[in-house]
Amino acid sequence: MAKIQLNGKKITIKPKITIFDLLKRFKLNNKKVAIEHNGIIIPNNIYKKKFLKDNDKVEIVHFIGGG
Amino acid sequence: MSKKNLKVANVTLKSRLIVGTGKYKSLKETAKAVKASGADMVTVAVRRVNILDKKKPILTDYLNPKKFIFLPNTAGCFTSEDALRTLRLAREMGGWKLVKLEVLGDKKTLYPNMMETLKSTKTLVKEGFKVMVYCTDDPLLAKKLEDLGASAIMPLASPIGSGLGIQSKVNISIIIKQSKVPVIIDAGIGTASDATIAMEMGCDGVLINSAIANAKNPILMAQAFKNAVISGREAFLSGRMKKNYFAEPSSPTKGLI
Repeated sequence: MAKIQLNGKKITIKPKITIFDLLKRFKLNNKKVAIEHNGIIIPNNIYKKKFLKDNDKVEIVHFIGGG
Repeated sequence: MSKKNLKVANVTLKSRLIVGTGKYKSLKETAKAVKASGADMVTVAVRRVNILDKKKPILTDYLNPKKFIFLPNTAGCFTSEDALRTLRLAREMGGWKLVKLEVLGDKKTLYPNMMETLKSTKTLVKEGFKVMVYCTDDPLLAKKLEDLGASAIMPLASPIGSGLGIQSKVNISIIIKQSKVPVIIDAGIGTASDATIAMEMGCDGVLINSAIANAKNPILMAQAFKNAVISGREAFLSGRMKKNYFAEPSSPTKGLI
């Protein structure tokens, strides 16, 4: 098991999971989102190649109402 | 200035009214107001996904990004670094390069931090972004933004969400006269007549959020703004009559009985 910080919250994930797996777990794989992994923006064509490890910081953002 | 549609960077807009999507009671109301406004461009914010409440409806369930041009903003960013991070994420998400930059300087007034704004504009233009920039109504700084490659100059009429209307007509007029890129009033408009005044002055467009969302009937107010912007634009294009200090009768004096 690995502990990561997702959108500021600590969560536990199975080892060797990718960003794609993480999105699937939160049912976000079909949504319009953008991902930052340890401060670096990850293009969506490499979600399946980006493995997560202990202490990683992931931010998932989307568009909300704003002026 | 012409009768043609408003064009920002390479995007042509049918409506000169751009609306924000914040502050509404519900997403349903947001969608209804946007539709009533006739706007084709809407501003949106970039925020963390609520990972704990996945069933909650999201903006894109109500506003289709294929039908409206989403203009990502940097609302809430107080440094160039934060603004750049936000817009780079927005570009990754949407794939578009047209964005609204706003770097705030003070929580109480939400006045733009122009030092950080200039810095960010330079970087974003270099990275290929088309930047519409929220700024103060200082003509010198507006010119500087244009020189740096801003796609639109968006001076405030008065503080964000204040509804005070255009407070510095002289400055706004100078900016309109000197700019070769569109000038869009962003922030401070309170009601439909404020938007008409802005358009009559020769602004290329107005961006409205609070004045619609905070109205008692936002959908009706959205429609009012749609008409106000059209009226103001048509009045501007018509070329208003000269002002006189004394009366001039409207009926002929010849043939009076």
